[in-house]
Amino acid sequence: MTLNALERERQRRERRTLAALLTPGLLWLILFFALPLVIILVYSFMTNGPRGNIVWQFTLGNYVDLFTRSIYFNAYLRSIWISVLTTVICLVLGYPLALFIVRQPPRWRTVLLFLVLIPFWTNFLVRIYAWQIILANNGLINSALRSLGLPPLTLLNTEGATLLGLVYGELPFMVLPIYAALDRFDFTLMEAAADLGASKRRAFWRVMLPMTMPGVAAGSVLVFIPTIGQFVVSELLGGAKVDYLGNLIQRLFLRSNPPNWPLGSAMAMAMMLVLLALILIYFRTTTEEDR
Amino acid sequence: MSTTNAVELRNVVKRFGDIAAVDHVSLEIRDGEFFSLLGPSGCGKTTTLRMIAGFEYPSSGSIVIHGREMATIPPHRRPVNTVFQSYALFPHLTVAQNVAFGLEMQRRPKDEIAARVREALEQVRLSGFADRRPRQLSGGQQQRVALARALINQPEVLLLDEPLGALDQKLRKELQIELKSLQRRVGITFVFVTHDQEEALTMSDRIAVMSQGKVLQIGSPTEIYERPTCRFVADFIGETNFIAGKVIENGANAATIETPDGLRLRGLTPRPVRVGEPAVLSIRPEKALLLAPGDARAGHAFAIPARVELVSYIGSDTRITVRLNDQRTFDVWEQNTLSTLDRDAYWQPGEPAVLVCPPDNALVLTE
Repeated sequence: MTLNALERERQRRERRTLAALLTPGLLWLILFFALPLVIILVYSFMTNGPRGNIVWQFTLGNYVDLFTRSIYFNAYLRSIWISVLTTVICLVLGYPLALFIVRQPPRWRTVLLFLVLIPFWTNFLVRIYAWQIILANNGLINSALRSLGLPPLTLLNTEGATLLGLVYGELPFMVLPIYAALDRFDFTLMEAAADLGASKRRAFWRVMLPMTMPGVAAGSVLVFIPTIGQFVVSELLGGAKVDYLGNLIQRLFLRSNPPNWPLGSAMAMAMMLVLLALILIYFRTTTEEDR
Repeated sequence: MSTTNAVELRNVVKRFGDIAAVDHVSLEIRDGEFFSLLGPSGCGKTTTLRMIAGFEYPSSGSIVIHGREMATIPPHRRPVNTVFQSYALFPHLTVAQNVAFGLEMQRRPKDEIAARVREALEQVRLSGFADRRPRQLSGGQQQRVALARALINQPEVLLLDEPLGALDQKLRKELQIELKSLQRRVGITFVFVTHDQEEALTMSDRIAVMSQGKVLQIGSPTEIYERPTCRFVADFIGETNFIAGKVIENGANAATIETPDGLRLRGLTPRPVRVGEPAVLSIRPEKALLLAPGDARAGHAFAIPARVELVSYIGSDTRITVRLNDQRTFDVWEQNTLSTLDRDAYWQPGEPAVLVCPPDNALVLTE
């Protein structure tokens, strides 16, 4: 009896401590994450008023607009496409780089990782402005071309510039998780594969890549998520010539006259759906590895 | 076939920076034999094995497998397979997929692979484990998967890098016997790296003893144990007593040394020695005899006066440590062939005795 009571008392105290520890974080998340999300979700089913006010009338029109009006749907597809492209390029550039760094002697590894991280010391916007200076019509590259007597190139305000800026900005987020995966990889397995008749290429596809897949998946998610919602790079380096999801959402909320918050909300929700699907795939691959 | 060599190493050198890990090694490993590379850690045995596998290339010298020069052949095109010390099983593949890996690389048809994998797993008694992952197996089972994964490719030579090193003593003994009988059955040349001299003696047809990158002696287990050609080999293989001195006389295959306190002792010379050279007399503890002072048998061989210091009964043997005149100790092992509980009649610490050794059980060795 008394033992049971003591045990109950102990459990009650444990629960109280747990509640005290969790409450601040939970409140913060509810207030600043869950609540705005619910608001956006609700808005996405509402009607836009003539002066950009919210009319509290349920409609699926925003979602219909999103999938039927080409300006919105194209932006949607374009965002997915450039995010896929950015992710693939980061992967193709980042994997060999991470592999190279892992194979260096420990002292050099630290130095090289440090170099990968150095860009983070400067604000992202500042770095993108720096790219403007490099790519502009009378920028660094074109001045160099001109001094060599070569014709100038149009570099800034192109989709190529957008892609360049995105890859530049996201590459470290691909390199680091792959590096971590390769650091745990036992390279004796590559010798074992060679010993069993696998060329370097086949050993990579059959052994090294599958075993470092969690790193590849983590890096891809880290690159894909910010890229699909971005609007800064396409505006500053792409010259806002084509619309991506992020640009449209930003415009619908802030710039258009009148603003259209319900449609902007619907677009934000559609974007989250893509990310949700992606993250589900990510958890699939990583949990399979852990089995 | 029986006269060809499976593997030949000719003057192989491997340098890492300024250090020669393997220093002018020449070996001929015969077809179908169980050959061991034995030595302490850092002696170059693993580097030698890795050069045969192709993971390292010699700085100079050549490696020939069944008559083919291997200098430019990468590991995945060599007719050898390796069982790694850490097993190096692929953790993301099942046992069956691990074993199938080599055949898959040869692009064999699917049903042939399936049949041969089944057979290989049967051979190492792991039939029920085909769909497990390596980490779900015990160390001994993982070791057998590694063996099956290598043997399924029917290599001309199987290389084994301390494959029993991570296992406990009892399992080791079992697998030693299993591995040896497997080798007899499949008839493949085994090159086995170990630092465990007992393991090498148990399993090998021939052993190469290595130290500091050099091969010191190659021979059958009996030759290596009974006729070591230098002090290091005598010391590394089994237990032995050394009495230091200087060579004062040498014959065709025997020599006499004189110790600093004037004893003259005679022994066989597996390798010629020069008069005046410092040398040791090496006597295995089980080959010496301890007699009571005045025993008639002492007259036939050299006899050194000694005093019993320690008597330890260990079941099969009794190990007696005696102290010689010049304070050196010397171990003698006597087999307990007679079942006697009457230990009082046996050697007692402090008792005087005479140490006797027939000259053909003593060896005169130099460094």
